[in-house]
Amino acid sequence: MNKEEVQHLAKLARIELSDSETEAFTSQISSIIDYVGQVKGIVSQNEGVAKKAGVVRNVLRKDEIKNEPDQFTKDILREMPHTDGRYMEVKKILNTES
Amino acid sequence: MLTITTLRQKFISGELTPLQFFDDSIALIKKDNPDINAFLTIFEDARTEAEVATKRYKEEGDKAPALLGIPLAIKSNILIKGKIASASSKMLENYTAIYDATVISRLKAAGAIFIGTTNMDEFAMGSSTENSAFGVTKNPIDTARVPGGSSGGSAAAVAMGAVVAALGTDTGGSVRQPASFCGLVGFKPTYGAVSRYGLIAMGSSLDQAGSLTNNVADTELIHNIISGKDEMDATTISPDTYPETPLKDTYTFGVPRAFLADGVDPDVLVSFEKHIELLKSQGHKVVDIELPLFEKGLAAYYIVMPAEVSSNLARFDGIRYGLSAGGDNLLEVYEKSRAAGFGDEVKRRILLGTYVLSSGYYDAYYGKAEQARDLMREELAAVFKNVDFILTPTTPTPAFKIGEKKDLLSLYRQDIFTVPVNLTGVPAISLPMGTVEREGKELPVAVQYIAPHGGDAVLFAIGKKVYDQRL
Repeated sequence: MNKEEVQHLAKLARIELSDSETEAFTSQISSIIDYVGQVKGIVSQNEGVAKKAGVVRNVLRKDEIKNEPDQFTKDILREMPHTDGRYMEVKKILNTES
Repeated sequence: MLTITTLRQKFISGELTPLQFFDDSIALIKKDNPDINAFLTIFEDARTEAEVATKRYKEEGDKAPALLGIPLAIKSNILIKGKIASASSKMLENYTAIYDATVISRLKAAGAIFIGTTNMDEFAMGSSTENSAFGVTKNPIDTARVPGGSSGGSAAAVAMGAVVAALGTDTGGSVRQPASFCGLVGFKPTYGAVSRYGLIAMGSSLDQAGSLTNNVADTELIHNIISGKDEMDATTISPDTYPETPLKDTYTFGVPRAFLADGVDPDVLVSFEKHIELLKSQGHKVVDIELPLFEKGLAAYYIVMPAEVSSNLARFDGIRYGLSAGGDNLLEVYEKSRAAGFGDEVKRRILLGTYVLSSGYYDAYYGKAEQARDLMREELAAVFKNVDFILTPTTPTPAFKIGEKKDLLSLYRQDIFTVPVNLTGVPAISLPMGTVEREGKELPVAVQYIAPHGGDAVLFAIGKKVYDQRL
């Protein structure tokens, strides 16, 4: 793993990294990946095992509204960093460089 | 030693009132918490609930609900409506929960009082509370040492005597390891036994809420209140999901000898051997077993857990709640908010998870790790045909010093005996087994009993027999 790969992961994970963070994470993540590579040994020795679903499956419930209208609206809006009335405000989504 | 049971008896007899006890607890927290840093917030306004509980005991006596007036400390990644749930992260420093976790609403219904929220490793990632954004918690037994983690604040809150029980969460040992370091009973239920609704998710296929207490009877009491099917968590199990584990007079314990051969502190091993002798003296059988895949669990864990972390923590985007940093466009808001809100360990695990899930690596890492989990479950099922419990130390060492562990992998190795339990979903309990001396201090060490899926009740039964009766 090199710095460019870590920068790429950071881009995918939407985290801005400083140069010193990139440097530190590059060696740390490399050593962890080396370590977890052991897992390939566990499974290749036991080829042909199918993945099983969990013991609890097909858990369904009726699609019905159980809350009162506006029961949580105020509380949820209060947690939002930027609002306009009952709307959440976000920055522009497209990068329109002019 | 004060337990929920003894405290309740005092409340019923009138020897002590919930109000007196609440005031004493608050006074102790105010005196000791500035040094220990077990609590992030203290709920002094809960005094009114202690007043109500005091009146109710006078009227209802032993008919009062099981936890009426009992103050509990709650790990700060568990939502209590109207209270800050920060998960010890800058990201959620000012986040107020808008609903109760299922475990919280069930504890409330049983009459419990929440006295405060506890410190932890940020988003439950760590084994020492050193990863908290709000300072390390000190171990009350030796304040130069860590209390363990990630539920270190909950463990310290009980060990310092502020509460008789606390709630934690366990993803890879985060209840059992701090319980071990602080001389408490710590329990990780069968996966699905306790609802995860309202727990700030870390590894969704691994997380379970469990208690830290002074004895097994209290652990059982709390578990029986918080567990059970919940329509808000589709992974919760029913009593008939797994075959019943029968109660017996004497049990067979299996010891994975090869697993203990490397990296375990010699004094911990001495204490462990003594515990084996104790079990034998009580008529139990102790046999050697082999668990070769179990021993490699840590590698699979450090694939599955970061993968789930990277997915679960994608929700913290600076838009809907939590810390929001400025930026010219949406992408910058995401990147800068996550840069400012997350600490190093959280960032590391998100990046690692992003790597193992990325195109071209998924099959080699995540796919293989999930297959390894299946094989580990098969290996366990085979072993449980011959033994009732698997016996290991909970941790390879006693509590280490604050700042001592600089190497990540050596810190991760703390969880070598606990993570396979979460990977396979079986229940396990950590019981104090003795102490080892370090620099004049007697540091607690602990033994872990692992039972088959659904064997929670049999762990309480054997735990009460072996541990509670020694108290």
